[in-house]
Amino acid sequence: MKPVVAYRAARAGTQPDHLHPPYGSSVKRAPTRALVALPHTLTEVTGPVFGPEVVDPGAVDLTRRHAAAPLGERIVVSGAVIDEDERPLAGALVEVWQANAAGRYRHAVDQHDAPLDPNFTGCGHALTDGEGRFRFVTIRPGAYPWRNHANAWRPAHIHFSVFGPAFATRLVTQMYFPGDPLLPFDPIFNCTADAAARERLIARFDWETTLPEHALGFRFDLVLSGRDATPMEL
Amino acid sequence: MSRCATTSQTVGPFLSIGADWLNRSELSPPSVSGERVTIAGRVLDRDGGVPDALLETWQANAHGKYPHPEDSRDLPIEPGFSGFGRVPTDPSGRFGFTTIKPGLVPGPGGRSQAPHIAVSVFARGLMRRLVTRVYFPDDPRNAEDPILGLVEPSRRATLIARRDGVAGTLSWDVVLNGAEETVFFDCL
Repeated sequence: MKPVVAYRAARAGTQPDHLHPPYGSSVKRAPTRALVALPHTLTEVTGPVFGPEVVDPGAVDLTRRHAAAPLGERIVVSGAVIDEDERPLAGALVEVWQANAAGRYRHAVDQHDAPLDPNFTGCGHALTDGEGRFRFVTIRPGAYPWRNHANAWRPAHIHFSVFGPAFATRLVTQMYFPGDPLLPFDPIFNCTADAAARERLIARFDWETTLPEHALGFRFDLVLSGRDATPMEL
Repeated sequence: MSRCATTSQTVGPFLSIGADWLNRSELSPPSVSGERVTIAGRVLDRDGGVPDALLETWQANAHGKYPHPEDSRDLPIEPGFSGFGRVPTDPSGRFGFTTIKPGLVPGPGGRSQAPHIAVSVFARGLMRRLVTRVYFPDDPRNAEDPILGLVEPSRRATLIARRDGVAGTLSWDVVLNGAEETVFFDCL
């Protein structure tokens, strides 16, 4: 048995606290007791492995899941899953879900008075390639109101879920769009203390992946915790 | 270390749109060896059942082997057993999955860990996932488990499933917030 090498703890302020009172739902759900520090064992440095047999290759294009094209501004969202040492993470499973162009989710709980689009479900997934890259084609999601506080609106965002190399590196986050005027007012975007960490949740416009006469390109990298230098005793 | 790990954000209320395709509540097809067990319970917040939570589970097979490249021990891998489960809660906060009881796996200081399942909890209102574990009742090895030993004794019971009278069925609740709060771990 090789020694277990732990993953690095988050840098101070770069991950949200569990309790963030401006986001009302966190008050009744965040734990009140201190978390117990967990030394990484074989359980935490291993994790589920998903092969090509699990994924649907068509799930990378959210605009081609129905008979016709969805309404909205078509975009390409691409990036890489890497670790903090910029090692690409090949074979990582990335999942996305989002509202439609009108700001409505195809979900029974979403009663926002905006139209559903019969040609848009709003979910996709992909395995990263040998260099850690992924690429989705979708439509730009709309902003939408929520009831967290008076006149509350969520900035446009795409939810991202990624399975990295280990149970310890599991990450779910949200990608935002540059220049969105709602960002300063959104308690979810602002739940992380470190301003630079928040800014990294904003995709950047990317000429290189913009398709002429077809779609704007946005770039969003997912960075997972790196390894500690020294093995744990085992 | 030139980059900084991406900050976590809540899954929000609509995660089932993106998650349902990978739901796995039956982890133990007949070809897989081991003791079958169904683990069922509720996810609860201060107001009661949480209808929009998602649990993900990760565990070794009955031999204590993780089907992952970093488990280099010469133990059998069970075809058809990935070790991964994903189950949503229903409108009353209930969840359930069927799996096999995992074997012993190595832990810190050369001590074995008692059979356990690692669990990630996602829900609207959680800024980041919560990490916990399920252990098995009446297993004498729990007393020596190096991770349970890190938890104050009065709270260890929140990590151990209970027999509920039906053979092969265990109950285990995840209490996010309140007097009987489940123990959660700081995993990263």
